[in-house]
Amino acid sequence: MKNLDQIRQKYVEQYRRKLGKDRIVVGLGTCGIAAGGNKVLQAIKEEVASRGLDVEIDFTSCIGMCYCEPVVEIALAGAPSVIYGNIIPDKVAKLIESHIVNKTPVYEWAAIQIPGEAAPYEGISVMEKFPYYEKQVRSVTSRLGRTNPESIVDYIATGGYEGIEKALQTDKQAIIDEIKKSGLRGRGGGGFPTGTKWQFVYDAQDDKKYAVCNADEGDPGAFMDRSVLEGDPHSVLEGMMIAGYAIGADEGYIYCRAEYPLAIRRLNLAIAQAEEHGLLGDNILDSGFSFRIKIKAGAGAFVCGEETALLNSIEGERGMPRVRPPFPANKGLWQKPTVLNNVETYANVPFIIRYGGDWYAKMGTETSKGSKVFCLTGKVNNTGLMEVPMGITLRDIIFSIGGGIQGGKEFKAVQSGGPSGGCIPAEHLDTPIDYDSLTALGAIMGSGGLVVMDETTCMVDVAKFFLNFTQNESCGKCTPCREGTKRMLEILQRICEGEGELEDLDTLERLCKVIKNSALCGLGQTCPNPIATTLKYFRSEYEAHIIDKRCPAGVCTALKVYTILEDKCTGCGACARNCPTGAITGAKKEPHVIDTEKCIKCGTCIPKCKFDAITTA
Amino acid sequence: MEMVKLIINGKEVEVPSGTTILEAAEQMGINIPRLCYMKGLSSAGACRLCVVEVKGARALVASCATAVTPGMEVQTHSPDVMEARRTILELLIANHTPDCLTCEKMGECKLAEYCYEYGVKESSFKGEKHNYPIETSNPFIVRDMNKCILCGKCVRVCDEITGQNVMGFAYRGFNCKPAPFYDDELVESNCVFCGQCVAVCPTGALTEKQMQKKGRRWELERVKTTCPFCGTGCNFDLLVKDNQIVGVASNPTSVVNGYALCVKGRFGWDFVHNEKRIKTPLIKKDGQFVPASWDEALDLIAARFKEIKEKYGPDSFAALSSARCTNEENFLVQKFTRAVMGTNNVDHCART
Amino acid sequence: MAGLATTFGSGAMTNSINEITTDAELMMLIGTNTTEAHPVIGYKMRQAARRGAKLIVVDPRRIDLVDDADYWLQIKPGTDIPFLNGLMHIIIEEDLYDKEFVETRTENFQALADTVKNYTPAYVSELTGISEEDLYAVARLYATTDRAMIFYTLGITEHICGTHNVMSIANLAMLTGHMGRPGVGVNPIRGQNNVQGACDMGALPNVYSGYQRVIDEAARKKFEQAWKVTLPDKNGLMIPEMFEKANSGEVKAMYILGENPVLTDPNSNHIRSGLEKLEFLVVQELFLTETAEYADVILPGSSFAEKDGTFTNTERRVQRVRKAIEPIPGRADWQTIMALSAKMGYPMEYNSPEEIWMEMASLTPSMAGITYERLEEKGIQWPCPDSQHPGTPFLHAGTFIRGKGLFQAIEHIPPAEMPDEEYPFLLSTGRVLQHYNVTTPYSTGIQSMWPEEFSEFNPEDAAKLGVETGDMVKVTSRRGEITTRIKVTDRVPPGMLWMSFHYAASPANAITSDGYDPITKTGEYKVAAVKIEKI
Repeated sequence: MKNLDQIRQKYVEQYRRKLGKDRIVVGLGTCGIAAGGNKVLQAIKEEVASRGLDVEIDFTSCIGMCYCEPVVEIALAGAPSVIYGNIIPDKVAKLIESHIVNKTPVYEWAAIQIPGEAAPYEGISVMEKFPYYEKQVRSVTSRLGRTNPESIVDYIATGGYEGIEKALQTDKQAIIDEIKKSGLRGRGGGGFPTGTKWQFVYDAQDDKKYAVCNADEGDPGAFMDRSVLEGDPHSVLEGMMIAGYAIGADEGYIYCRAEYPLAIRRLNLAIAQAEEHGLLGDNILDSGFSFRIKIKAGAGAFVCGEETALLNSIEGERGMPRVRPPFPANKGLWQKPTVLNNVETYANVPFIIRYGGDWYAKMGTETSKGSKVFCLTGKVNNTGLMEVPMGITLRDIIFSIGGGIQGGKEFKAVQSGGPSGGCIPAEHLDTPIDYDSLTALGAIMGSGGLVVMDETTCMVDVAKFFLNFTQNESCGKCTPCREGTKRMLEILQRICEGEGELEDLDTLERLCKVIKNSALCGLGQTCPNPIATTLKYFRSEYEAHIIDKRCPAGVCTALKVYTILEDKCTGCGACARNCPTGAITGAKKEPHVIDTEKCIKCGTCIPKCKFDAITTA
Repeated sequence: MEMVKLIINGKEVEVPSGTTILEAAEQMGINIPRLCYMKGLSSAGACRLCVVEVKGARALVASCATAVTPGMEVQTHSPDVMEARRTILELLIANHTPDCLTCEKMGECKLAEYCYEYGVKESSFKGEKHNYPIETSNPFIVRDMNKCILCGKCVRVCDEITGQNVMGFAYRGFNCKPAPFYDDELVESNCVFCGQCVAVCPTGALTEKQMQKKGRRWELERVKTTCPFCGTGCNFDLLVKDNQIVGVASNPTSVVNGYALCVKGRFGWDFVHNEKRIKTPLIKKDGQFVPASWDEALDLIAARFKEIKEKYGPDSFAALSSARCTNEENFLVQKFTRAVMGTNNVDHCART
Repeated sequence: MAGLATTFGSGAMTNSINEITTDAELMMLIGTNTTEAHPVIGYKMRQAARRGAKLIVVDPRRIDLVDDADYWLQIKPGTDIPFLNGLMHIIIEEDLYDKEFVETRTENFQALADTVKNYTPAYVSELTGISEEDLYAVARLYATTDRAMIFYTLGITEHICGTHNVMSIANLAMLTGHMGRPGVGVNPIRGQNNVQGACDMGALPNVYSGYQRVIDEAARKKFEQAWKVTLPDKNGLMIPEMFEKANSGEVKAMYILGENPVLTDPNSNHIRSGLEKLEFLVVQELFLTETAEYADVILPGSSFAEKDGTFTNTERRVQRVRKAIEPIPGRADWQTIMALSAKMGYPMEYNSPEEIWMEMASLTPSMAGITYERLEEKGIQWPCPDSQHPGTPFLHAGTFIRGKGLFQAIEHIPPAEMPDEEYPFLLSTGRVLQHYNVTTPYSTGIQSMWPEEFSEFNPEDAAKLGVETGDMVKVTSRRGEITTRIKVTDRVPPGMLWMSFHYAASPANAITSDGYDPITKTGEYKVAAVKIEKI
């Protein structure tokens, strides 16, 4: 068998040369681009050119701090890398002037520094000590924000394709045993032990097998897979190759949602590079192992994230789940044994093969090993991508990493696992995050989306939001999901309209139970979770909507009662002048009143009042 | 064959491996309701009415699509199962036209049958109902999607039996429905009107246009016979009321064709009652056909045949028998030609 | 059926329909548009193809099954023999034939080998229009697939060389040992519901029921004894001969039961003049057909729903027909024939069709074991010689009915008439899905959906003639002229017009060729030269 030693040596040198120069690196993940990263990059290029500087300009992917994109990293040769946040083109001149020309970081814009072997700058947080990163680990995300995702040089120079190289010299069963030893469980939400899954496919006898990667990340607020695909596409390919070799597949598919054009572009580039290097294709490294990877872009259906619907979609059928069993391990793509894992799962594999299952299993809890990537969004100060060891508490994630709730408001709940997950209230914030604890709370780990809600969030409205999503995205195949979610949604709409009845709650509970019990696929079975958990933890909010016809969070329009607080109203008349229906009346300099019959709850009056005298609760 | 032992409702049963729970229960005389399952088609596991409780399983499982495993313990009518089935039926009728009194499928409607069995009189779910226009633009199939319960059998039978793949699912969620391409009408599709979809539809969503208002299903006498339209030899049931054929129904016991028929076999039968049928013998007089009695006509024929035979010899006579008549009639024609007319001049048009 | 009768000793589909779904690994379709002419068999072929069985379609037209086919060989009409000889040439040359089968089960191999030797791939490719590459691929695939079925219908038989076409197919199947097992065989699919039965019952000029020859004295004696009459000892006339002799004045009277030769037989002008010349014509029919118009007496017929009896399907399966309603004209056809016979002084006294069957079975060894009772559930496939015999799903197991299979050395016979300068287009005819010989126009629904002929015409030709879908054209041959609407489609190759024979307003058979197979007298419906003018 051939090895990569020569190439690796060459690329390591090339990579070191790059690091040995003064460098400016712009974060160009989708988040960075959306925040204006390309314009910043352009401005940097112009500035560097106009000053005639000898600076390496490069780009990388998302380092995780989405809350302060665009992110720009500047490193002088032999000095720490400083990572700046919220860099707009206007700041570029000063940044270069100061950091490159005058060799002085712009301290007030610096977020963190990564000193490496250099002596750290005073006054800039070192990454490991920075609150956002302090409790994180960087394993599967280690290249994110650090290497150029479009460069196979960077990948190989940082240990890439060592995993497949090692795997090809290892017995197939031994590889599967190593994965089993690592304790890796499916990162897409199901949490099925990956090694066991591979074992099933390895044991299945057939002339053709497939390795399929689920990159159809569809949960609202989730972008773990996108970040990994955009930041380290080769690691996913390498993970699939190792899986393919271990189970005896010669073909792989990546099913990626078409809404991820950058991920698809970088994947295609990575595949082409790997093929050029003889790492994909026939007789890889002269080992006798052949493997090809194709990308299938999904057309935008949430249900295609369900593994059997995904397989149907690859086959060109409508994305509707199949009955299981038979499981894909026995009858998957085109009825052939198929390993199906998600992006993050595959991306973990090269690390496990390089460093061993034992190394991986040191992280995490008894039943949930390793690390997990999460996306923190919602009413939290630091939104972004993070990788944490299994077993960390929700409180650590939201308050230490996430920096607490925006505007100093009260935390109310965190939604874990998207439409299939549930809302976890404050009393369970100290729950250690692992598959089993979250399930016990009625939520799920899911793929890693965490949406934080504060006191201004109506939990009935949240349930309605998710049910609306589920109903729209239900494939329509099975009765409980198709008809049941519709009726649940209608009940929630009625409750939010103030037309709910107490027995609606019993009906909701019955539907939750029956759908969970009898729906065809995993998405159907879990779609009642948002209702079930909000009913369990926030039942009083439902009752307030039904009995008092009141939305405690003041979100549900129909239930808002606009009233003017007598003690705050100065009788300025600003509200009355702007009311489109003439519902507000009152004498000058006297407290005004709102006629609830005439009020259409449009909300125009509230911003007009300079004295916070109008409430809706 | 490998046998599998399992326990259903507390009783042990042994069945060949590969048997589904539903089939195993059926062998024990336990009837599990099903709307989307049909022997001979792949199992979709879509309606979820056939769910049963399997000890150790996370959720109820579709008995139509789950093969038995050794030692499996199954409850087919546990409280959770009954609650699920009743709820599913309620969900289905919540979005179903309640016009059972005039529905063509009354008497053969599986939805009505199960609602009866499970005591589901009305739905506790109030809300939106579909209001699709009823498709009547072709002469064979009436499509009332307001009565569709999305069992998908029409889709599968069109794919797996006929192979025409006209039907697929369109739209998502509550708006999902089986439809031809572009949700167009059947006449605009590549439908061949074999009517397999009508034969397998469990509700009044697909009915035979020819049978509208021709009788309630239970009034119809079924006479199994062989199709008169090609050499395949499909069998089906003629549906008869008051000495009139009112329709054709698939008879799954048919050895050649099972459920399958083509447009001619299923919908072409009405030539039998065409008003242009010749109902009495006709004798040509002065170039015009004049009705005659059987005796009159037969006497005339006998006389002329005898006369010609005597005058010109037996070989001046020839008979054309029919590839559409029965064996017995063909046997009689050749016997008549040979034994009575004394010639072997008998043939029929499809000798090759 | 004469072709198969000569080669094997019996002219019928050798195997069973359901073997398509349960056994076949390969299906070769020659001149059969199965999904339209035999839809339910077509469904099964499609199912088989989708489960992985190889499908080879040999047809000038792009029929629906081409979509599911592994190979579509767009053969030039009338070149089936060179095609089949070409396959056999390759199979023998590459030593792919079943030597053991040829040695133990057949005779006359050398003559075949000598003949097909001249049919080199290059020569065959030129004649048939099929590429050499495809000829090699299909020859190898057919020869090396264990369970391979051949199907054909009138696209093979309705040629002047129809019988020879059939023999060539039989040659190919025998050469490769594809006989006498499930999932193989030579399988003609019969067009009409009871063609098989009409043949089996002896509605043929040369045989009694069960193919017992009228010239065979023992057989004749048996029937004479049973029927208590003296029977004629020479073969009678076949249909084309009947009409020839009607035209020449030798046939004076005819009794036509449930047939409409004016519409369905080739060269209908010749049929019309023959009918015209008859002294006396009796037609027994459901409707006033084009043929019935010529009758002196019309007897009302009864439909399948009005009588008990049996039909025998294409796989030799005798199945029950059951009376569902009372006969609309008051009596069923079998009763009418009985009454006529009685008036002629020969009373036939059957109380039911079952009694007719029992008489037939008692005189017919191949069906002696079949009773109505045994037919009740699934019918029985003949031969079924005794009451314990289960019937015969596939023929020629172990031995052919005639003993050894007889290879026939067959040379190419071009069609009687080919397009020329005056008549530049080739007319071919066949069935469409929605219609069936004569009854379907009387089905209201079917007639309303598909009321008139749309002849298929290639876009290239249509452009030259300036015609579009829906246009009326006049189609003229040396026999006559008709009008039809055009459907422009690439289902047909350039140079071809394809018509069905179902529509009285566009009676294709008024212009079809007057060539016919000298052995079976079957008309050459599949090839005629015509000219086409826009009107």
